[in-house]
Parts: sequence; C-alpha cells; structure tokens
Amino acid sequence: MSAKKPGRKILEHRLVPEHRKLSVEEAVKVFKSLGVKPWQLPQISVNDPIVRLLNAKPGDVIEIKRRSPTGGTSLAYRIVVAFERRA
Amino acid sequence: MTSLKVSLKAAKEILPESLYKELEEKLKRAEDLTPAQKQRVVEETVRRYIESMVEPGEPVGTVAAQSIGEPGTQMTLRTFHYAGLMEFDVTLGLPRLIEIVDAKREPSTPIMEIYLDEEHRYSEEKAKEVARKIEYTTLEKVMSSIEYMIGEREVRVTLDPEMLEDKGVSPEDVLNAINGTGLGRAVLEGNVIRLELSEKAVPDESLYDLKALKEIEAKLRKLYIKGKKGINRTSIRVADEKVVDGKVVREYMIITEGSNLAEVLEVEGVDHTRTTTNNIFEIMEVLGIEAARNAIIEEIMNVLEDSGLDVDIRHVMLVADVITWSGTIRQIGRLGVAGEKPSALARAAFEVTVHQLYDAAAAGEEESLRGVTESIIAGLPPRVGTGQVVASVEIRRGGNGGSGPS
Repeated sequence: MSAKKPGRKILEHRLVPEHRKLSVEEAVKVFKSLGVKPWQLPQISVNDPIVRLLNAKPGDVIEIKRRSPTGGTSLAYRIVVAFERRA
Repeated sequence: MTSLKVSLKAAKEILPESLYKELEEKLKRAEDLTPAQKQRVVEETVRRYIESMVEPGEPVGTVAAQSIGEPGTQMTLRTFHYAGLMEFDVTLGLPRLIEIVDAKREPSTPIMEIYLDEEHRYSEEKAKEVARKIEYTTLEKVMSSIEYMIGEREVRVTLDPEMLEDKGVSPEDVLNAINGTGLGRAVLEGNVIRLELSEKAVPDESLYDLKALKEIEAKLRKLYIKGKKGINRTSIRVADEKVVDGKVVREYMIITEGSNLAEVLEVEGVDHTRTTTNNIFEIMEVLGIEAARNAIIEEIMNVLEDSGLDVDIRHVMLVADVITWSGTIRQIGRLGVAGEKPSALARAAFEVTVHQLYDAAAAGEEESLRGVTESIIAGLPPRVGTGQVVASVEIRRGGNGGSGPS
C-alpha cells in the first residue's frame, strides 16, 4: 500500500464514474429501499484510490453514478471494506 | 393534456433515463398524434418495459454464461495483428477473452493507448516529443558498440548519432547517466565515451576475470537513460481526422508496447482523461475498482465485436459485476468466483473434484443443498424461477381458534 495519496485528476478520467460518500442516514435509507443488509452490498477496498480521495472509512457506503450504456445513468452502491488482498 | 403529463411523470419514475429521453423525444416529433393517443403510447411503453424486466428468480448468471459461451465457440484461436498497424502483436479473440476472465495480472501483450492534450495532439512532431519522454530508453538503444580489454581499466562506448536523435537523447545525457553509476569517471570525446573504471568498483584482480567484466558490460547496456519503465516501444498513430474550414486536421496519439499507467498519466502532454491500458489490474490500482469494471466491459465487448459476435452488453456487465464484486479483481475460475462458492458440491462440480471433496471432508463442511448446482447433483428442483416458490400448508394443532377440525 503506497502512502502517497492519488492525485485528484484521476477523477476526470473517462473510465471513472462519479463516486459519493453517503451519510449514515442516507446509507440506512439505501439499505431499506433495496431491502439488503450491509454485507450483501458489493464491496470496495479502503485502499481503492477513489475511496482514499473521498476519505471514506470501512463501513461507509459509496454511491456510484454509473454511466450505463443501456440506461443512461444508474446508481450503484458499494460498501467500503478493509481487506488484505488474497494471494 | 393533464393526464398525458401525469402518465409521463409516472413513466419518468419507472423507465431508465435513456429510454425516457427517447420516448419524450419521439413524442415531441409525433405531431399528428392527439394527446390521448400520446398517453396510450406512454402507457404502452411502460407496460412493455415492465414486461421485459428480469423476473425475480431468473437465473441471469446461467443465461449470461450461455450467451457469451456459445458465440465464444466460434471465436478464432489465433493472435492477430493490431487493426491497421502491423507493428505490434496484440492478443485478440478467445485467448484475450480468457485472459480477462481469468484475471491474469499481466496481459500477454500489454498495450497503452495514450491520447495527448490540446497542445500536443495536432502535430506529429509534438506527439513524438511526448513519445520520447515515455519510451524507456537504455544505453543499449543509443549506442553502436561497447569495447573493453581484459586487464585494462578503460571501457569505450561508441554512441549512435542517429539513434540519439531518434530518441531525443543528447550525448551529455548519456555521460551523466554513466557517471551516475559509480563505476568510475567518464569523459566524452565526440561520439565516444571513455569510462575509466575506478579501483573501488573493480578491484585489480577482477580486471582479469572475464565474468566480472561481462557483468559490467551488461550493467552498462541496461543503463537507464530516460523514459517510463515498462514502455518498450512507442508508435505514433492518427487517432482522428477531421476537416475544419477546408483543412484536414489530424489528431495524433501514441500506441505503446508495454504498460505503465500510473507514471504515464503524470507525463506532461498526456491527456489524463482518455489514456488507457489493456492491463486491467493497473487500471484497478490507479483508477479504482469502478474504472476496472468499465474497462472489463469495454475490453470484452471489443473482443466480441472484433470477432463479429453480437452479444448483449448486459451479459458482459453482469460478468464484470461478478468479477469486481469483492472490490478487487477475482477470476471466474477455481481460484476466484467458482472456488469461493459456499457449497462443497458446487465447487467439486467445477474443477479438481476429488481435491475439493477431500478438503471439504477434512474441514467437516456441511452441505445444505441450496444452490443450483448442488440441487441438480442431488436431483432436487433448483431454487430458480418457479422452483423458488414452495407451497406450504400450516397445520395448527390445538390452541385457540385453529382452523383444523376440533
């Protein structure tokens, strides 16, 4: 894990969709509306460059505004996890 | 009119953005329709959309696997050259597809597509300038010969002026690089660099040791002069051609053999919003997991389209979602997605059956027979589609007001 923080300009990259850290209230709302438990969400690592830029901590929910080729934009959610990469 | 507005508003809630926009657009143009007719169109669109949605319990994974797998059998097994350019070999077709799905850490032919910023993209000269900054250049690439004698302290490096020019390296750059090695002091004489090996780097006794001298030669040959590690070759290509005011405007880009996204994005003159690599792990590390997901979708769709196969992008999106689910790139195989299934039977059904069963037995795993694969092995209806629904009758015994006979 490099200690250097990634530069903000990666956010402008064509492949990177918009990420947003949700507040606890918003996260609870998402869980309710989707009918899921936190551990059922797809995950994103705390070491992910975008997560580091957002200063998100494990347990935070990240809202991702995907530019979907089929539906315009769509919202997806990932939960921040602290994991060691498996070999 | 109001009822049309109401149903349009309802449609906006239900339909995905792009479909709604298309509907709105088409309604605007359909002037010969009455509002009542328009309303019916809206309602019908919504009805059809809901009808076409995936039903709960539909085995989307199986459908995706078949939808990619069947056309995959028709793919070529050969490695083709890069479209339009015969300079680079690029893995395409089935081998590339397998590479992506198996989450290979390095593609067998790493390639970068480097776009340039506003200042550098319209001139071939300026594009070359950027390419020189990127291409990994060692002494070997800019010299014509290296000479040394057993027992003598002098090493003569003859530079190749043409190559120096081509790579944009000055003889002084090379001199500085050689002086930076700590092997000794070097001086420049025309096109020849004389390096006097120091006592410290090469003791007297190793001057007669051919192996030691060969090692020094190898070190010098691989001496770094400029560029980004991993980028072995660069080539300028026309990315786009437009006619503006009667003049042809060409946009240039750089294609490289080898990949180093993190460092190339930092290079001046590189467009950091469009530059990509075909190394998906690098994208994950530099741009994050969501970018990796997009890259997987793009790469798979490119491979399929190049092979002339028409696979719906939704299947590919599902595959990319599964690969990136855990926040890192997992392969779809026994070391990744299939190997992490909770059921021992499902794992055994995939690969290395006996091994999986041994391990499961040794660990005392329980088999709850809930998944599709296990159910089929055990001859049970899989919990998929209508198989998800189980009718059960509750029989109450005694107590107050039970429905059973008293």
